[in-house]
This record gives sequence, structure tokens and C-alpha cells, in this order.
Amino acid sequence: MPRIYIDNVPFEVKAGRNLLEACLSLGIDLPYFCWHPAMGSIGACRQCAVKVFKDAEDTKGRIMMSCMESVKDDLRISVCDPGAKAFRAQVIEWLMTNHPHDCPVCDEGGSCHLQDVTVMTGHDYRRYQFKKRTYTNQYLGPLINHEMNRCIQCYRCVRFYRDYAGGKDLNVFSAHNHVYFGREKDGVLQSPFSGNLAEVCPTGVFTDKTLKEHYTRKWDLTNAPAICQHCSLGCNVIAGERYGQLRSIVNRYNSEVNGYFLCDKGRFGYEFVNSENRITQTLIRHRTAEAVDEPTLMSHLPNILIGHTVIGIGSPRASIENNYALMELAGRECFYQGLPDNQVFLEQKIVDILSAGAIHTPSLKEIEQADAVLILGEDIWNTAPVMALAVRQSVMKTAAAHVQEQVPLPGWHDAALKELAQESKGFLANMSVLSSPLDEIAACQAHGAPDDMARLGFQIAHLLNNTLPAVDNASAALLQDAHLISQQLLLARHPVIIAGTSAGSEALIRAAYDIAASLQSSERQAALAFVLPECNSMGLAMTGASSFEKALAIVQQNPDVTAVILENDLYRNMPADLVDSFFSKCRQVVVLDTLHNRTTEKADVLIPVATFAEGDGTFINNEGRAQRSYQVFMSPDKVLKEAFKWLFEMKVIRSAISNGHDVHPDEMLAGLERAYPQFKGIAAVVPPHEFRIHGARIPRESQRYSGRTAMQANKAVSEPKPLQDDDSPLSFTMEGYRGMPPAPLIPYFWAPGWNSGQAVNKYQQETGGALKGGDPGIRLFRDTGAQPAWFQDIPDAFTPRQGKWFLLPQYQLFGSGELSIYTKGIAALSAAPRAILSTRDAATLNMATGAAHYTVR
Amino acid sequence: MVSLSASLSQKRNYPISEEKVALRPRWRGRIVLTKDPDGGERCVGCYLCAAACPVDCIALQATEDENGRRYPEFFRINFSRCIFCGYCEEACPTYAIQLTPDFEMAEYRRQDLVYEKEDLLIDSQGKYPGYNFYKMAGLSAGVKEKGKGENEEAPVDIKSLLP
Ligand code: SF4
Ligand code: SF4
Ligand code: SF4
Ligand code: SF4
Ligand code: FES
Repeated sequence: MPRIYIDNVPFEVKAGRNLLEACLSLGIDLPYFCWHPAMGSIGACRQCAVKVFKDAEDTKGRIMMSCMESVKDDLRISVCDPGAKAFRAQVIEWLMTNHPHDCPVCDEGGSCHLQDVTVMTGHDYRRYQFKKRTYTNQYLGPLINHEMNRCIQCYRCVRFYRDYAGGKDLNVFSAHNHVYFGREKDGVLQSPFSGNLAEVCPTGVFTDKTLKEHYTRKWDLTNAPAICQHCSLGCNVIAGERYGQLRSIVNRYNSEVNGYFLCDKGRFGYEFVNSENRITQTLIRHRTAEAVDEPTLMSHLPNILIGHTVIGIGSPRASIENNYALMELAGRECFYQGLPDNQVFLEQKIVDILSAGAIHTPSLKEIEQADAVLILGEDIWNTAPVMALAVRQSVMKTAAAHVQEQVPLPGWHDAALKELAQESKGFLANMSVLSSPLDEIAACQAHGAPDDMARLGFQIAHLLNNTLPAVDNASAALLQDAHLISQQLLLARHPVIIAGTSAGSEALIRAAYDIAASLQSSERQAALAFVLPECNSMGLAMTGASSFEKALAIVQQNPDVTAVILENDLYRNMPADLVDSFFSKCRQVVVLDTLHNRTTEKADVLIPVATFAEGDGTFINNEGRAQRSYQVFMSPDKVLKEAFKWLFEMKVIRSAISNGHDVHPDEMLAGLERAYPQFKGIAAVVPPHEFRIHGARIPRESQRYSGRTAMQANKAVSEPKPLQDDDSPLSFTMEGYRGMPPAPLIPYFWAPGWNSGQAVNKYQQETGGALKGGDPGIRLFRDTGAQPAWFQDIPDAFTPRQGKWFLLPQYQLFGSGELSIYTKGIAALSAAPRAILSTRDAATLNMATGAAHYTVR
Repeated sequence: MVSLSASLSQKRNYPISEEKVALRPRWRGRIVLTKDPDGGERCVGCYLCAAACPVDCIALQATEDENGRRYPEFFRINFSRCIFCGYCEEACPTYAIQLTPDFEMAEYRRQDLVYEKEDLLIDSQGKYPGYNFYKMAGLSAGVKEKGKGENEEAPVDIKSLLP
């Protein structure tokens, strides 16, 4: 470790870092704009100046940009040097000559990186007497607002949008002091990662338009660490509430999972919590007054729960606590997944593979660090967007790593590495049913029927491991692709294979496994990632429960079944006729859900439950990482509690045994772990609910939370007692421990002098590294080093059958989500329902593109 | 001066003065929300007064009109909590919130000390005439176009390469 002297104090720092990273990692406040831990340095903003001295005798030193200098042993620098300080203050003063007088009406205010740095450098009064430059704005769609006057030309936006995320429609235009960051003309930003601009841009040029609809400053939000609900990756988010409404989602850094970025579905798809369509009343149907209060419901429940067969239908979008509570209520044998046979079968295969532990399943960070990626049949652009972003980083970083082998350049030197790497890329092979923007960076791509992609996979596996069978009757194209891909995978040291369930093909999963297992060797660490559909698909699959069809068979035999359905719109997952017949056979149907849907219409008893924002829950992501999502706020409507609390009360009714107190998520997880060894370790996912620091809770509100003696004064002038949280160490108030909380309990990132999200530097062990105390989440699958068990049966090539259609779902980032569609902007950007035919099929049917109606029987 | 012993030793009635106490304009009494010279609401819903308030007795919600002009959807002060420190006025970047030399606010019911925007808004610029935030701000919210503010250049023509 090199030793450097900062203002004459020696520090041990990590080699290969630049001085800015070294200073920030040591906790020294040094202002910066253009450097970003995920994107490296370009030295554009000149804000991070320090003095660098030749040796101990040198007293003059020279000003250098700390983000552009590597740490070196015995290097002497000064952050506090008056010259360096004056330089930094001057840079801000120059930037401010054109900065608008907007803070009061700027959505960035209070979480503004530019405000932080301005205060930090000491600039206060504008001495410049002349006029300010102005720009006109652009319409960028329903999700992102543009206010170009506020730009400080740091180039972070285009570096993120274009270089990091591969977007094309945002760019920098014009020249000299007129540079403009926007689109060629007004229009919706095309990248599904555009929302990150709101966090990447250090100013209020790009801001969250959905937040603007109910604008709240960062300091006024009640926040909690939560887990994104919109796909199986389980990105960590901070959810913020005010006045009983969920108001914003921002990224919650987790170095293993989402790092610094979210996709737009995750960031903006939160409005379902505030939807008019929420279930808010307990209902007992077929009565004159259907809406009933809790005691009435409780006195009614014994009639349907006692003396009848109770079956439970679980949910891939409900937390593991909720699913487990239902398993406890119905009994292990009477708990079903509420998913079709095929889906359960696919997910079971994945769980079997991962729990055998022969092949490592990678975190998103490990995917970023892969040096070759093969995607076999999964459209991750739409089903796991942040994974697509990670794959893109792997492609770019591998190219940069190749350059670094020839020219010794540090990894943070972004501009130089890009210049040298030019168009060269790491290896990516993208196989999916339809093309996606990932194809642009793929060295090899093929699109076709799932079975054909699986055959390609098996052929690759055969080339890698000749004990595995070759594919019969393989086409020349298949053989050629397989040859190319296998060669490239063999060159890699950390290849990653990605597959998933969205193509509905088990052969793809088997082929992906065979490839990964064949690649595994002493010098090559292969990894195998699977994508599942929902935020807790993995958790539900790990229960090993059987499918909906099995539940249907039960109700067809037994006329006396009370079905308890947990957060699952069966009509979304199964054909309507099967579901109809299920309901017609059930004696009583109890549905617990958050939003009205076709399934809730069938409920005899409907119970409203908390969403992720109103309740605690643990979700298991695609890599088997259990992560806790904490309740953000208490609904003014008391009835909205987590499903597991209702189910626990129902269990008490059934078994007539009570432990005399409410149940905590901790107890649920402990019980889960005891009853189901596959979940071993999950109870340690977060500190226990009675965890305190110096006797204090961790406040969900900032110390500048405003209005608490006035917010509800219109209803009653005496303030209500602060809400209590018995389930977690977090409090619903601004009182509590103000130091650094343990990583799973970070409700928001803030540090003295850093009101903006850049405060995250203070929470990390080193810039861009793990959070202090380790990133949150517990991985439930362990690598066992077991010998792989090979799969062999290779499917036949796909051949169309006369008069039959082969239907495949096409997932859409905006539109396929059950919950995200409740956000107006996302609904507006969702494509209309449509069917896509191959040109050949369309020609035989005499159809043209855009044909509006065709009846399918 | 009425000391404890004096109050026990003799009874006297003090008549309420009919004369108003003369108070300076800077006296910190009843809080009002003022209007800008054009008669528009001055408050831009920035939440700074609420953040500055040491007893947290200000609550509001910002919203926007069709031009993007931000204003408070509601604005509430709980005067039963207010300590008339004037921090809100200090914090206000638009001169919207001002303390006035009026202290005759007594009520029989505490609930009546909760003032909503309708109770706070006055039809005047108060102590600071002439200031219109939206003329100074960079964004255009229906008050002035981009580049038409007091200290602004015309918007950049991004197609031009001339200096
Ligand atoms: S970008 Fe920051 S400094 Fe600029 S107006 Fe907005 S809040 Fe103020
Ligand atoms: S728009 Fe924001 S991110 Fe882009 S250059 Fe300007 S200040 Fe930087
Ligand atoms: S990738 Fe998935 S988990 Fe991550 S933010 Fe997007 S929808 Fe949420
Ligand atoms: S500080 Fe002024 S402009 Fe801001 S919310 Fe308060 S009264 Fe309105
Ligand atoms: S952060 Fe170093 S020059 Fe911008």
C-alpha cells in the first residue's frame, strides 16, 4: 500500500486509485463534479484541484486535478493549501456567473451536488455584474424534466447516457460556452435508464417529473430502505413518503447488486402505492353492507376457516414472510404457487441447479466484471434491465482491460481508455427470440425459437466438453455460431452464462447449465445467472410448492375448500377458463391483495394488505439473495397491515393457539428457517427488531424534517402521538441515532456538508466499494464444489406445425409490469397490446403491418 | 409593576387601553403571505420557511399551474406553536412570508389558531415592495420568457458556432 502525505499527515492508501478517490475514501471533503465512481475521471470540471509537492522540501507545489493523478508512494499533497482552495472557489464562482437564481423552485434544491460544493468552497455572493446565459428547454417525455439553464457543463449526463448506458438520443450540442445537453429535437428519452440522469447530473437540469407532481424536498421525506418490486433483480432503493403518499424512489447503493443505477421501471413505477385502485376496505361479499370492520371480519373468519379444507395460493410478488405465513396457515401440503405447471417446473429446475451449488451464480457486480457473456434465450433488456446494464459494463470493461494490458493506464482514466479502446469490445453473444438494443454491442447474435437457441447451447456445450452429445442435423449457421462462441468462452477467465424463464423453455436452462459447467475449470471461474419474472419468484420457487393446476385438481375433488389467495391475480398467470373453473369449485375464497383486479372480484372475503411501502418484507432475488424491504410509512388507514399479520391471526383462529402478541417479521423468518432448511441463514438478513444504537432507533426522517406541528393541525391542533414501529429498529420520527447505521438500515444518504446523494461516499469503505459493515443481503445458495450433473436430451429443431401457432410472450419494460403500469408516465410510454408475426406468416395470412384485427381461435 | 406582594396587598383594576400600541414595522407579530407587484402569489412553495421554523409549525405543499409557476397548494401555520422568531421570514427567498406588527390574535379555541393560506394571504406586497421572484429566476413560469429576465442574455442559438 502506498503511503501518501495529505497536508503533512501520512495515510496508507490503495494502489491504483487517483488522489480524489483516495481523499474521499479517507473521509476528506474534496469537491468534484465530473468524476463519478462508476464512470471514472475525465478531468473536465477542474473542481477537484489540490496542490502536489515535489518532495518534503518543496513549499510551492503546483495545482493539479486530484481526479487525474494516481496515488504514488511518498506523494505529498495539500487539500487545505490556500492556493488550491482559492482555485476551487474560483471554479465555482465562474460556474455561478451563469447559474440561474432558481434554487427555490429547483427540484434539486436540498439534494443538490452543486449546492454542496458551492457551500464547501465558500462562494457566497455573486460579484460578476453582467448578464447570464440562458437556454431553452426540451420536452423529454413524461418521466424527466429538463431545465438547461442550470447546467455546469460537467458532461456527466452524456457520459452516463451514451457511454455507460448505451443510449443514443441524448448528446452535447453546440460549442464553446454555448454547449447544450439534450436531444436533437424534443421527444421522449429512449433509454430505459434515463431516470438515472436525475441522480447523475449534479444540478437540476434533469429532474424526476413524477416527483414534481407532488414535490417534496429530500429533507421532508420519511424514508426507508426498500427493495424494488418490479423484477427479479432486487435492486436496492430508498422510498420516500410525505402526507401519506409515496413520493419518490431513488437509488440505494449496494455494491453487489445495483451499484449506483436503477432502471426507469424501478425508479418511476411506484405510483401503484398511491393508486385510486387500492383496496382499502375489508369486504365480506354477498351481504347488504359488504364493507366491514376488523372485528366483524374476525368473527366471520372462523365460519370459513374452521371445519373446512383450507388451501393457500402463494405469490411471486409477495414477500417471503407473507408466503410463509400462508404456508403455516394452510399447511405445507396445501400450499400452492399460483403459477402454471410449466413456470413452476422451470423455476424448480433453476432452484435445483442453484441449490446443488456446482456452479456459482453471480451477483450483478460479478456480471459487470465478466470477460465474456453468453445470453441464452432471455430478453434481459426487458426482463432484467439493470442486468443488461451490467452486461454492457462487462463488454466495455473487458475492452478497457485489453487496452490496459498494452498501455499501463489506471482503470479510472476513462477518457484515455475510451480513446485507446475505440470500437473494440469484450465478448457478448446475445441469443433471444427477438432482437434488443444489446445486439449493438454483441459480437454474435441469433434470434429464433427457444428450442433452436437451446440446440445452439447444447452444441456449444458439446464443443466445450466432448463427453456431451453433439446436436443432430445442425444447420451450418448453428455450427458456425457454436464454434465462434465456444472459442471466445474458452478465452475468458470469468465467463458468465445468462438464461431465464421468459422464453418458457426448460431446454434453455439445461443448455445454459451444461455450458457453464463445461467451462468451469481450475483457471476459469464460470458463473450461471438466471432471470425470473417477479421480485420474489425465487423465494416462492424455493418453497418447492406445487403449481396452480394441482390446486385446481384438489378443488375439483373436494367440495369443501376455502381458498386463501395471497397477492396473486390468477388471471394474469393462468388461462381464464382454468381460473374460472377453480373459483366455481371453491366453497369460499379469501383474497388478500393490494389492488383490485379480476381475482379480487371473485373474493368472498377481501382483505386489503400493505404494499412494500406500508409493510416490512424480505424478498429473494434471482441470485438467491434475501433482502429486507422496510416499511416506509404507516398508512392513515390502520387496516393496511402486512399480509403475514392477517394470516397469522387467521392461523390463531384455526389452531386456537396464540402467543399473545403480534408477530414480527423476525419471528416469521426464524420460523421459516426452522421449518425449511433451504432458507437457512435468512433470519440474519437484518438486525433484529429490538436492535438499538446507544438505546436509540434509526430515524426515518432527517433532522430537518419540517412541519410536524402543522401537518395535521387542520384535523386536530394537538399533535398525534408519533407512530411506533414494533417491527424494526427504525423510527417514524426525526429523533434517534444520527451516526452511521448498519448498512441494511440506511434510510437515506446524508452527511454533514453533503445533502445530495453524493453523501454515499461517506457510507462506503472506499469510493465505489462495499458499504461500511458489508453490503446488505444474505445469499442463500452456497457454492458446494459438487460435481456437475449433466443434462443431455437435446430438443429437435423447431418446425412450424400446419394450422398451429406457436405463441411466445414478448416482455416489455414498460407495459408488462402488473404494478408499474399504474404510473401515468409509464402507461403513456407502454406500447399498445399487439401480436408480432414473422413476415412469412403474415404473408400467408395476407396481413400487412399495423393490421388492427385478426381473430385468433 | 405588579409584584406578588403588591397583588396580595391591594386590589386594583387596570383598564384596557383604547389606544393601540405603536409598533415598528419590524415588530414580529402575525405572519402573512404577501403578493408580488403583479398581484400574483409570491410564495413559490420552496419549503425553506418550513425547514427554518424551529417549532416546525409551518406545513405546505407545492404545486404548479399550467405555466409551471409554482405556488403552495395549501399553506398552514399553527400559531398555537409559533414563537414569532421570524426565521421563516429570514429564510424566505421571495419575501413572501412576512411578520407584521399585529399581535391581537387571541382565540378561545386553540384550533382556531391554525391558519390556512386563505387566512394568511394578504393583498399587498408588505414590507418589501417591488420584488418579483419569477422575474429574477432563470426558469420561465409564465411571468417572463427565457432571456427576458432582468439579468439575462437572449437564449443561446445552439445551431450557431459564432462566439
Ligand atoms: S441546480 Fe442546485 S444550485 Fe442550481 S438552482 Fe438547482 S438547487 Fe440551486
Ligand atoms: S446537464 Fe447536468 S450532467 Fe449534463 S453537463 Fe450539465 S450539469 Fe453536467
Ligand atoms: S432492474 Fe428490476 S429490480 Fe432493478 S430497478 Fe429495474 S425493475 Fe427494479
Ligand atoms: S420560504 Fe417563502 S417562498 Fe418558500 S415556501 Fe416559505 S413563504 Fe413560500
Ligand atoms: S472531478 Fe476532477 S476535474 Fe472534475
